[in-house]
Amino acid sequence: MKNAIIKVSQLKKDYHVGEMTVHALRGIDMEIYEGDFAAIMGTSGSGKSTMLNVLGCLDQPTGGQYMLDGVDMGKLNKNQLAGLRNNKLGFIFQSYNLLPRTTALENVELPLYYNSKVKAKERRERAIHALEQVGLADRMNHMPNQLSGGQQQRVAIARSLVNDPVVILADEATGNLDTRTSYEIMELFQNLNDKGKTIVFVTHEADIARFMKRNIIFRDGRIQREIQVTDRFNARKLIDALPTEDDYQS
Amino acid sequence: MNYTNLVKIATNALKRNKFRAILTMLGIIIGVGSVIGMLSIGEGSKQSIQQEMSSMGTNMIFVMPGSQRRGGVMMGNSDAQSLTLSDVEKLRKEALHISAISPQVSSSGQAVNGNKNWPTSIYGVNAEYLSIRKYELEDGRMFTDQEIKSLAKVCLVGQTVIENLFDPNIDPIGQTIRFKGIPLKIIGVLKEKGQNGMGMDQDDLMIAPYTSVQRRMLAITHIQSIYASAVSEDQSEQAIDEIESILRREHKLKDGQTNDFQVRSQAEMVETFSSISDMLTMLLGAIAGISLLVGGIGIMNIMFVSVTERTKEIGLRMSVGGRGIDILMQFLIEAVMLSIAGGLIGVLFGLLISYVATSLLNFPMVVMTQAILLSFLVCSVIGIFFGWYPARKASNLNPIDALRHE
Repeated sequence: MKNAIIKVSQLKKDYHVGEMTVHALRGIDMEIYEGDFAAIMGTSGSGKSTMLNVLGCLDQPTGGQYMLDGVDMGKLNKNQLAGLRNNKLGFIFQSYNLLPRTTALENVELPLYYNSKVKAKERRERAIHALEQVGLADRMNHMPNQLSGGQQQRVAIARSLVNDPVVILADEATGNLDTRTSYEIMELFQNLNDKGKTIVFVTHEADIARFMKRNIIFRDGRIQREIQVTDRFNARKLIDALPTEDDYQS
Repeated sequence: MNYTNLVKIATNALKRNKFRAILTMLGIIIGVGSVIGMLSIGEGSKQSIQQEMSSMGTNMIFVMPGSQRRGGVMMGNSDAQSLTLSDVEKLRKEALHISAISPQVSSSGQAVNGNKNWPTSIYGVNAEYLSIRKYELEDGRMFTDQEIKSLAKVCLVGQTVIENLFDPNIDPIGQTIRFKGIPLKIIGVLKEKGQNGMGMDQDDLMIAPYTSVQRRMLAITHIQSIYASAVSEDQSEQAIDEIESILRREHKLKDGQTNDFQVRSQAEMVETFSSISDMLTMLLGAIAGISLLVGGIGIMNIMFVSVTERTKEIGLRMSVGGRGIDILMQFLIEAVMLSIAGGLIGVLFGLLISYVATSLLNFPMVVMTQAILLSFLVCSVIGIFFGWYPARKASNLNPIDALRHE
């Protein structure tokens, strides 16, 4: 029996814009299992990003239940939610959200500063290890503006890994990147998943979704359908198949 | 949350944005500095005036002729000839609260020595005059009573007159200068006294026996004013009353008739001047208050703006597990560090302003502890509050709303 890390039932989220109420999520039932690699897909306004923000405890649902790793999130206060974000969740944003004028290493260290159990020495070691995992060991002292988009996203991924979360949540993590760099990022995610990391990945791109194990398709705040991906892309193979000399060869 | 981490987070954040930190501190520096500088200049000028006044002799009393009525016509003060030598003698004998008294007659004109000349004033007085006016001899001697009786053609001169009439290498004692055609032998030189509170040169004068000036130069029998010293500053009031009653009797004034003389004391002058300089201090205090206000608004603005523009950073910190209190403490520590560093630099800056200003203006430098404490406190409180308030607002948001803040 597969172990559900995330279990949501009848999850609702309403926004009030003036007199109008926008129903972003209209009752979602969903489970994410340990070792899962799920894409939440959908067009703009389908509720997929709202879903991810709720899963990441960055936003509060209006109704329904959300269990994360056996804990009922509805019963936690703000500080407990912050602790949970710190210990159990890794979040990756479309726009990287790195601290400017701060080295890659310090950016990766950031979550550990908010974990009082981690001492300075361990903090540094774990951050270095996380950067090694994403292949940026040689860029540790670079500032974000000295890194390419792909490298910045790798730093963000390292930051999400550094606290050893039970699930990584990625919001359009390849949205700002070109095809080759996107594939490289997906390769990284596939490797992490192969090592057992649970990943939930929001995207609107069908080809990116095919790197994952299953796709959950959102429409108008509801789950429209769910697909088990049978012919998964292998990022390594796709990268090797890309033209090596000329990026724009037809 | 452990505080070493928070302090580290805060110092890192400040180091990353040195320019912003400096700009923020600048508001505090100028706020604190200008208040300290302003109040110190005000207080310094006040004390300088007071020193000046007491160097002129705080227990000095002077009597001038007042307006008098002759057949219903009010006469001007300067025409009055109401004071006489016998008034001086009566006062000397009867007034108990005065320790020294001298008549004064004066005349202005050119002092001439060889081919040099200089416009100055000559004061005809007696030997007690120097102690009343707090003049001191640098060289030579004061004239004697015998010389007064004999209308001796001798004089004492101030430094300004010497500079203008003699070459520096010549000893003026024993030299003769001419004033209004009368040759006067210099028997003494006065010590330099500098300018008085109103900017008048107190060394531009000659002193001669009053008899000589009265008869040889002016050809008058009355005297123009009387200078006296009260026994002490405290007894100035009694001395004034005493002088008034003696002079009223001597001048045969009936009850209800106004005085034909005026008695003024240096203590009154000091009061007048210190009330003026009190106003000056108040004015500067008001200016300082306004600069504190403006500085405070500056601090408020830059703190508010710089924390508000970091809402996204706050969102990020919360999304990786920072609690509201962690965020708040970070910004509070930053604001405290900025305010205290800015405040200290501001104090130094203020002291520098007061030092430069007071040494340029020749005031004593006054360090006002209250001004330092007040401005430091006000600026720090404003700085800390407006660093804390927007941070609190931001840390109360959902992380996602803070992240999406534009």
